[in-house]
Amino acid sequence: MTDFLNALVLLTNFVLLPAITYGSQLALGALGVTLLYAVLRFSNFAQGETMAMGTALAILCTTLLQSIGVSLGVLPTALLGMLPAIVIMWGVVLLTDRWVYRYYRTKRSKSIVFVMASVGVMFVMNGLVRFLLGAGDRNFEDGERFIISAADFKLMTGLEEGLALKTTQVITIVLAAILVIALFWFLQKTKTGKSMRAYSDNENLALLSGIDPHRVVRITWMISATLAVIAGVLYGLDKGYKPLSYFNLLLPIFAAVIVGGVGKPAGAILGGFVIAFTEGLLTYAYKAFLNYLVPPAWLPEGLIQFLSTEYKVAITFVILVIVLLVRPTGILRGKVI
Amino acid sequence: MTYLKAVGLVGGYGSGPDILHGCDLAVDRGEIGVIVGPNGAGKSTAMKSLLGMLNLREGSVTLDGKDITHLAPQARIAEGIAFVPQTENVFTTMTVEENLEMGAFLRQDDYWDTIDQIYQLFPILKEKRHQYAGELSGGQRQQVAVGRAMMTKPSVIMLDEPTAGVSPIVMDELFDRILEVKATGVAVLMVEQNARQALEIADRGFVLVLGQNRYTGTGAELLADPEVRKSFLGG
Repeated sequence: MTDFLNALVLLTNFVLLPAITYGSQLALGALGVTLLYAVLRFSNFAQGETMAMGTALAILCTTLLQSIGVSLGVLPTALLGMLPAIVIMWGVVLLTDRWVYRYYRTKRSKSIVFVMASVGVMFVMNGLVRFLLGAGDRNFEDGERFIISAADFKLMTGLEEGLALKTTQVITIVLAAILVIALFWFLQKTKTGKSMRAYSDNENLALLSGIDPHRVVRITWMISATLAVIAGVLYGLDKGYKPLSYFNLLLPIFAAVIVGGVGKPAGAILGGFVIAFTEGLLTYAYKAFLNYLVPPAWLPEGLIQFLSTEYKVAITFVILVIVLLVRPTGILRGKVI
Repeated sequence: MTYLKAVGLVGGYGSGPDILHGCDLAVDRGEIGVIVGPNGAGKSTAMKSLLGMLNLREGSVTLDGKDITHLAPQARIAEGIAFVPQTENVFTTMTVEENLEMGAFLRQDDYWDTIDQIYQLFPILKEKRHQYAGELSGGQRQQVAVGRAMMTKPSVIMLDEPTAGVSPIVMDELFDRILEVKATGVAVLMVEQNARQALEIADRGFVLVLGQNRYTGTGAELLADPEVRKSFLGG
């Protein structure tokens, strides 16, 4: 029994908990992408850099807050610092829309033109982020690092394996759950949310019903930017801020969107967790885990790892390819890009 | 004075060629006006010109004596004209009730009594209120579409081929419903392929050919006219 518990704790600590955390971060990023796709009908490649810029701004605001002595106690100050960052990013995406995308919208350009424009926006934002915070890594986590540390857990339970519960993990999961519930409530129950769904469903009929397209577009940008900044800050708190890591998040985020079903908010969440769990489960070394469950003599040499962690990106690609081949509309039957 | 009146319409889409060459339409409240004619006669175009989707070079449109010839489509909706497109006329991923709510988007007052009226008019919609409009049959969808358009409490409702692609039984039912809509005091103007059946319920009929009125009269007059019967109603 103890062996079984030890094995379970080991798996939870190294696979399940990190995967839920990473999955939540992907889900938030993917929700922003999928909402933009549903309403504006293009895949926004600049979403990763929106996350990076939002995080960079949040770090600056956090540093400023810390310098005047503001602190959230056990919680990271960045939770407070990201609020002004969200507001600034609203301005950034709305101005980008005004200067870049609106021109193509009035011209009724094809979706691919928007995508290419968003690649341009991505490079510009990428450069601006370097100006803002340099190219180096930043750790901006403060407050209590652990809710339960591995050592405490071992003391409490008497198990050999420890389960470390990081503050950032709990914050990520709780905040993601709150945001997702709030977003679904907004889309299903409020007049503005319904008008967004109506516009996404049938643009012409929405116009005939008197729905203001500019307002719908504005609100969609603001929601998507809010989700991006929060996802970025949570990812940065969890794994440390590296400018390039947000660019690298673009692939798993798009994979999550496509796997779940393009344009479907529930699909984005599902897709995020599918990617995170597959990555986690396939790159984990099961040696220690199996050691608790089967006699050591039965175990082969080596780490018993399906793929080395360097292959994480490849796993995402493979999932994406399989889904596109077998079920191009994604798990929840979204649109086909 | 006819409630909605269009005189001598000449125009086409954007800077394209003229499609209408002097077309007259008129319909009063509590009446049904039906536009019939061969393919390419400009039936739908004539109706869309009343909604302001055309570039009119000549002619005028008046609503209750007020000149609305140069009003934008959105402004005409606010003036009380509702339009039901021929295709893609419901929000398929939203429930029946949400479709009706979207129809009332511009209304600031309490619109639930209007929803109740629409449920009385189309009882099937009440039954299916929480179903997605995309899951309904063709005839039920048309009822949702008409219901959505009626949420603004319009004085004029324009229907672009409401019976396209539905079975004859459903068509009869839809025409019954349209008669009930007319009875609420709305001016109904519709384009129809099923000319004979449509003219049977029409107070005014317009036979368009090449963007011009070939015959105009009450529905009964047109049905009785041997020329109209021979050329457009198959004898």
